[in-house]
Amino acid sequence: MALSTSVRRWTQRPSFWGFLFVTPWLIGFLLFTAGPMLTSLWISLHKYDLHTMEYVGGENYRRLFSKDPLFWKSLKLTVTYALFSVPLGILGSLSIAMLLNQKVRGIPLFRTFFYLPSLVPAVASAILWQWVFNAENGALNLGLAIFGFAGPQWLQDENWALPAFVLMSLWGIGGGRMIIFLAGLQGISETYYEAARIDGASPWQQFRRVTLPLLSPVMFFNLILGIIGSFQTFTSAYVMTGGGPNNATLFYALYLFRNAFEYFKLGKASALAWILFVILLAITLVQFGLSKRWVHYEGDSR
Amino acid sequence: MKKTYRDGHPALRALVFVVLLLGSAAFIVPLLWTLSTALKTNEEIAQDPTRLIPAKPTLENFPEAWSALPFGTFVTNTVFVTLVATFGTILSASLVAYGFARFQFWGRNALFYTMLATMMLPGQVTQIPVFMIWRTLGAIDTFVPLTLPALLGGGAFNIFLLRQFFMSIPRELDEAMLLDGASYFGIWWRLILPLSTPAVATIVVFSFIGNWDNFEGPLIYLNSPENYTVSIGLRMFQDTFGTNLGQLMAATLVHITPTIILFLLAQRYFIKGVAISGMGGR
Repeated sequence: MALSTSVRRWTQRPSFWGFLFVTPWLIGFLLFTAGPMLTSLWISLHKYDLHTMEYVGGENYRRLFSKDPLFWKSLKLTVTYALFSVPLGILGSLSIAMLLNQKVRGIPLFRTFFYLPSLVPAVASAILWQWVFNAENGALNLGLAIFGFAGPQWLQDENWALPAFVLMSLWGIGGGRMIIFLAGLQGISETYYEAARIDGASPWQQFRRVTLPLLSPVMFFNLILGIIGSFQTFTSAYVMTGGGPNNATLFYALYLFRNAFEYFKLGKASALAWILFVILLAITLVQFGLSKRWVHYEGDSR
Repeated sequence: MKKTYRDGHPALRALVFVVLLLGSAAFIVPLLWTLSTALKTNEEIAQDPTRLIPAKPTLENFPEAWSALPFGTFVTNTVFVTLVATFGTILSASLVAYGFARFQFWGRNALFYTMLATMMLPGQVTQIPVFMIWRTLGAIDTFVPLTLPALLGGGAFNIFLLRQFFMSIPRELDEAMLLDGASYFGIWWRLILPLSTPAVATIVVFSFIGNWDNFEGPLIYLNSPENYTVSIGLRMFQDTFGTNLGQLMAATLVHITPTIILFLLAQRYFIKGVAISGMGGR
């Protein structure tokens, strides 16, 4: 039969199978990413509480920008958090990776120790750190007391709560980002360093002229995902402070979550989500633009 | 032996060793402290909270925390969700990665880059409509929203990692199997997957931890306590019995331990998986 022959011929083509294999992702993408993205843009133009829906145009956005001090507060503190936690995190994980890239005894054990904190589930880690930061009998202040310092109230103090979150974020710098740096370092051929040494390069110059440029693609990857991740801080804030004191740790994602799933202001929450998306998209595009100046791909010069 | 730059001066190496020792100690102290507090009596915690080795170690906090809330149910729920989602992730991510790694088809590169771009998409921008979908389907307070999506691609990062790994397997092996009459499914199942143990182990670790940790998902989708996962249960425990530090830390350990055990079992593959997948050379 002509039909079955043509079907058989069709299914014998590799391209048919290739497409078939990626279909699960494609369905997931359309159903759970592309569709919902557009839908949330549409919802953001409405007043919606799961029961009634009313078109309000750009009202949600207008109100957020002009009449919502909490929106500005949460945005500002989230940006501040990102400005500190991302560079410190990258510097920290690169330092650890460079130490672990040296030839000394016990590297696998050290690597495991540095990695362990990032394996601690977010809720467990939040509970643990809430206790570390406890003003009276938390480990941090008891430790500071040994050296004669009186520690601040940390999570109960408006001015110290956000720094406490930055500090806590540094506990995870031995995790995935560090491993990615380490893999990058181990991928740098020894011959580059040999050539640099023959030219009389000092260790610092070797780092500056060989390691950093060759590591820049990895750095770029970590930077982009680091910024995006820091803007989505949620669980720690939800568990440790619930956004307090006086909304000092009302992270953007927490404010969004509350509007969506506690106040059921789904239109406003969708507007918040789209603003977040546009901010992150803009930051990412700027990063890609700037990357041409500092990210070096090994294949480029060939 | 050939001397390389990493060999360095003996004094420098000694310094590196000391820095690593102190640094890694600082990183695991909070964990050791969790363990030690879980093993202390309440009196000892009150008297000497910073002491790392308990004077009179006791296991009584564990059964007490365990029975204060239905942690057995929480663990069962979490194990179910985690296993189903992890299995679904491996199955679908490896199929999709195989499709991207080995076949030419119309629009392949566009789809691949679209997939990479979704890694940068904040989850919040799809969260509300996805919630509405599950609500319409009556799947709120079930495990479906937490498991079913894993079967649809298994996450861009996982697909990417597996695809990079698959690309490093020589194509000649595929062609030899094709000549022997194998189907594409056969090649995926009997050649690609067995040769990709490090990458698959890496995905298992990532996916297991991601699902075991997941807090926001269960928080949004699960309402009745009998459906709670450990992360939600732990939060509930903290709310209710948060002042009992020994029990709280014992419960916290129950949440932490499985991920650490899994990592230790898989770590030999894990590091290799990340390295070979070319994450470093992107």
